[in-house]
Amino acid sequence: MTPHILTRSLDRAATAFVLLVAAVGVLIPLSNLLLPQGSMFQVPTYLVALWGKYVCYAILALSIDLIWGYCGILSLGHGAFFALGGYAMGMYLMRQIGSRGVYGNPILPDFMVFLNWDKLPWYWYGFDKFAFAALMVLVVPGLLAFCFGWLAFRSRVTGVYLSIITQAMTYALLLAFFRNDFGFGGNNGLTDFKDILGFNVQAEGTRAALFLLSCLALIIAFLICRAIVSSKLGKVLIAVRDAESRTRFLGYRVESYKLFVFTLSACMAGVAGALYVPQVGIINPSEFAPANSIEAVIWVAVGGRGTLIGAALGAVVVNYAKTFFTSGPLAPYWLFMLGALFILVTLLLPKGIVGTFNSWWEPRRSTGIAADEASAAREDGISAAKMAE
Amino acid sequence: MVKARGDQEALALLTGLGDQPPLVTKAAASAVSSIQSNLAMWSMVQNAWYGLSLGSVLLLAAIGLAITFGVMGVINMAHGEMVMLGAYTTFVVQEVIRTRYPALFDYSLLIAVPLAFLVAGFIGVLIERTIIRFLYGRPLETLLATWGLSLVLQQAVRTAFGPTNREVGNPSWMSGAFELGQITITYNRLWILCFTLAVFAILLAMLRYTALGLEMRAVTQNRRMAASMGIATSRVDALTFGLGSGIAGIAGVALSQIDNVSPNLGQSYIIDSFMVVVFGGVGNLWGTLVGAFTLGIANKFLEPVAGAVLGKIAILVLIILFIQKRPRGLFALKGRAVEA
Amino acid sequence: MSGWSKCIWGARAMLKIDNINLYYGAAQALRGVSLTAEPGKVTCVLGRNGVGKTSLLRAMVGQYPIASGAINFDGKDITALKPYERARRGIGFVPQGREIFPLLTVEENLKTGFGPLKREDRNIPNDVFSLFPVLETMLGRRGGDLSGGQQQQLAIGRALVMRPKLLLLDEPTEGIQPSIIKDIGRAISYLRNLGNIAIVLVEQYLDFACELGDSFAVMDRGAVKYACDRANLDPAEISRQMAL
Ligand SMILES: Nc1ncnc2c1ncn2[C@@H]1O[C@H](COP(=O)(O)OP(=O)(O)OP(=O)(O)O)[C@@H](O)[C@H]1O
Ligand SMILES: [Mg+2]
Repeated sequence: MTPHILTRSLDRAATAFVLLVAAVGVLIPLSNLLLPQGSMFQVPTYLVALWGKYVCYAILALSIDLIWGYCGILSLGHGAFFALGGYAMGMYLMRQIGSRGVYGNPILPDFMVFLNWDKLPWYWYGFDKFAFAALMVLVVPGLLAFCFGWLAFRSRVTGVYLSIITQAMTYALLLAFFRNDFGFGGNNGLTDFKDILGFNVQAEGTRAALFLLSCLALIIAFLICRAIVSSKLGKVLIAVRDAESRTRFLGYRVESYKLFVFTLSACMAGVAGALYVPQVGIINPSEFAPANSIEAVIWVAVGGRGTLIGAALGAVVVNYAKTFFTSGPLAPYWLFMLGALFILVTLLLPKGIVGTFNSWWEPRRSTGIAADEASAAREDGISAAKMAE
Repeated sequence: MVKARGDQEALALLTGLGDQPPLVTKAAASAVSSIQSNLAMWSMVQNAWYGLSLGSVLLLAAIGLAITFGVMGVINMAHGEMVMLGAYTTFVVQEVIRTRYPALFDYSLLIAVPLAFLVAGFIGVLIERTIIRFLYGRPLETLLATWGLSLVLQQAVRTAFGPTNREVGNPSWMSGAFELGQITITYNRLWILCFTLAVFAILLAMLRYTALGLEMRAVTQNRRMAASMGIATSRVDALTFGLGSGIAGIAGVALSQIDNVSPNLGQSYIIDSFMVVVFGGVGNLWGTLVGAFTLGIANKFLEPVAGAVLGKIAILVLIILFIQKRPRGLFALKGRAVEA
Repeated sequence: MSGWSKCIWGARAMLKIDNINLYYGAAQALRGVSLTAEPGKVTCVLGRNGVGKTSLLRAMVGQYPIASGAINFDGKDITALKPYERARRGIGFVPQGREIFPLLTVEENLKTGFGPLKREDRNIPNDVFSLFPVLETMLGRRGGDLSGGQQQQLAIGRALVMRPKLLLLDEPTEGIQPSIIKDIGRAISYLRNLGNIAIVLVEQYLDFACELGDSFAVMDRGAVKYACDRANLDPAEISRQMAL
C-alpha cells in the first residue's frame, strides 16, 4: 500500500526535489568535514548551521502549505507550534547540561536556581530522556493544535476569523513564555546547551549530522505531504478549500478532515522547531511573536501556495535574501523589501514562483493544484472528490 | 470620628490599637469592618474606572477597524500603523509649535486632530486605490498585503523619525488629576474617555444621517444593487477606507497622550483591536462599543486577581473560546462582511 | 397624481441593443440579441425559465459584461460604462428577487436613488406614494422586514426615485398576490402614459404582459425567436412560442 502511494505521488519534479535535498544533505556535511579548511569547496561550519536553519524553515513552510495551500486554512500561529517543538527539544538540552551549568546544580537548570526554585516543576519531568522529549516534540504542538482545531472547526470558525484567533493564540503564548514564573526561562529562554545524545552540540560532526537529519526530515515531511495531497483525502481537502459548504452538503465531515491536517501540520512544525533549536543554540519567547508566523506564511506565498516544492523553495529563498540583506549595508532597507514582497507577491504573483512557472510551463496541467481558481476549477475539485469516493 | 475618615491610614490606626478598654476595642472592630467594606467598594470603583479608561482606549483603536473590517469586510493589518501615523502627526505638530509658536502649545491637540485625520485618511485612500481594491473578495491575500504594508510604514517612520520613543507632551488641561472620593482620576484619561465617546457619536451620526453614510451602508448590504442605484461603489469604497483610517489617525492623537510614541505603537494595538471588533460582532458599531468596554473592565478586574500579564492571557483565551462559541460575535449581523 | 408632471427628465431617451452576446464562463447566455425600447412604450420580454431574460437585463444595466455587440442609450454608446454610470444616465432597475437593502429602512431604501440627482432634486416624488400608498405608512420599517409584495413595490418606488428615462422590470409579478399585481400593473400603465419613460418588462405572466405591452419579444435559449407589436398581437401565438 505505502510504496504504491509513494510511486503514484512522485512525479518528475517531486523526484528531482527529493534527490536535490538528499544531495545537499549529504554533500554539504561531507564537504564541511572532509575537505581541508580554506579549500574552495569547503563549506564553513557556520554556513552548515545557517543552511540547517533554512532547512528547518522549509519544513515549517511545508506544514503551512499543507493546510493553507490545500485546505484553505491560513494559520497565523504556526510559529507557536514551531516554538513549542523547539522548547520541548530545548528542555531536553537543558537537562543534559547537568552540573556543568554556572550554578552547578545537577537537576535544576540555571535560571531556576537563579529564581531560587528548590525543585523541578512537574512539567520538566522526563525531559532528561531523549525519547520522551522527542515524543513531546510531536505531542505538545499536536495536542494544542488538536484542541484548538477541535473547538474552532467544530464551531465553523473559518477564513480570516481563524487567522485572527490563531494569531491571538501565539500572542497569548508569547506573553506567557515571557513570564519567569511560567518555568521556561522567561525572557532569556533556554540556551547554553552542551550536548545532545552525548555529542557536543557545538562540534562540527554534530552540526553536520543535524544538518543531514534536517534534510532527511524535510524529505520525509515532503513525502508525507505528497502522499496526502495526491490521495483521496487530498482531493477532499481541495474541495474544502474551494467550496467548504458544498463539500459539507455532499456528506463529508469537513471538520474531521480539517482537524486531521491541522494537527498533522502542527506536528510537522514542531519537528522543524526541534531540529532548529540545537542548530541555532537558543530558543526564546520571541519565536512566538505573531510577526514570525506571518513571515512564514509569506515564504509559502512567494514560493507558490499549494505546490509544496514552492513552499520549501520560498522559505530558503526569502531567508537567504534576509541573511544577505540584513548583514550588508542594505540592512535598514530589509523591512522595506520584506513589506514590498508581501504586497507585490499578493498583487502580482498570486501563484508564487513555482505556481507561475507551472502555469507557464504546462498550461494544461495546472488545474486543481494551482492556487486560486475560478468556479470551473471548484467543480473539478468537487467532482474529483466525488469520484475518489 | 476616625471611622468617618474611612481611608487606609485610619484603618492602620485602628488595627494598630493594642489593648484598650473593651468598649473601644468593640467600636474599633466595627469601625474596621465598615472601613474595610468601604475600601472594598472604592477599590471596585477604582477598577471600574480603570476598566472604562482602558475600554475607551480599546474602543478608540478599534472604531476605525470596525469600519474597514466590520463594515467593508476588509482586513487591514496596517490599521495599527494608521494609529501610529496619527501619533507622529501630533509629534510633528507639537515640534512646530514648540519652535515657532510656543504660546499655542495648549491648542496643539486641537490642531493635531483634524490633521491626523487628514494624513491617515489620505494615506488610507491611497492604500485602497493602489492595493486593496485589487484584492476585494480575497480576504486572506488582503491580510498578507496589508501586513507587508504595515512593515513598510513602520520602517518608513523609523527611517524618518528614528527608532526611539518621541516626546509628545500633555497640554496643561490634559495634565494633573483630581480626587473623587478615594480614587484619583487623571485628566488625560478622563478627556480620552470623553473624546472617544464623542468620536463614536459623530461617527454614528455620520453613518446615519449623511448621504455618504447611507451610500456606505447600501454598498455594504448589496454592492451590485447599490451600483445599479447610481452609487459610485468604488468611490464609496475608497472613502469608507479613508474614513476608517482617518479615525485610526485620530486615535493616534489621543494615544500619544498616554503611550510611548514609537514606530511600534500600532503593533501593540492591532491584536486587541481585532479582538474587540470580532468580540463585539462584525458590522455592528454598538457591538464594538460594548465589546471594548466589556474587555476593558474585565481586564482591569482580572488584573488584581491574576496579575497584569496573566489577566491579559486569560482575556485572550476567553475571547478565543468565546469566538468559537459565537463565531459572529456578541451582536451578530448579516451582510457582506460576514460572508467573507 | 402630481409631482411627476414636473418631472426633471424632460428629455426622452431610447434604448437600442444591437446583436449582443454574453457568456458565463464557457456557457453562452445571450446569442445575438437585438431589442429596442422607446419612450412611452412598454417593451415586453417573454420566455421560459433560464432562457436569458435576466441576463439580458444584466447586460443592459452593466452588471455583467457582454462579449460583443453594442448598447446604445439616449444616442450614446454605453457599452463600456460601469453600472453606476448607466444608472446616472437614467437607467432604473427593478431586479428579479427585488434586492431590497435589508437593513435600511424603507425611507433609506428610497433615498439610495438620490445618487444620480442634483442636490435640489433630492426628494421622493409624490407619485411614488400615490402609486404605492403602503410605502408611506412604512417609512420607518426595515426593508428586510417587509413582505414580498411590499418589497416589490418598494423596489419599483426606489427605481422611480432616480427619475429614470428607462425603467427595467424583471418579473415584477413573481410570487405576488393578484390585488398587488393589479396595483403594479396600474403603476406601469401610469408611467407609460406619462410618455417620457421607456419601459422594458420581463415577464412570464402572459396575461399581465399582454395587457400592458406595446411590443413583444419572446426569447428562447438566449436568442429572440419571435417578435410582434400590439397591432398584430396574438396571445395564442405568443403562448405557443413560449411553450416550444
Ligand atoms: N451568474 C451565472 N453564472 C453562470 N450561469 C448563469 C449565471 N446566471 C445565469 N446563468 C445561466 O444563464 C442562463 C440564463 O439565465 P437567466 O437568469 O438569464 O434566465 P431567465 O430567463 O432570467 O430565467 P428565469 O425566468 O428563471 O428568471 C441559465 O441557463 C442560467 O443557468
Ligand atoms: Mg430571470
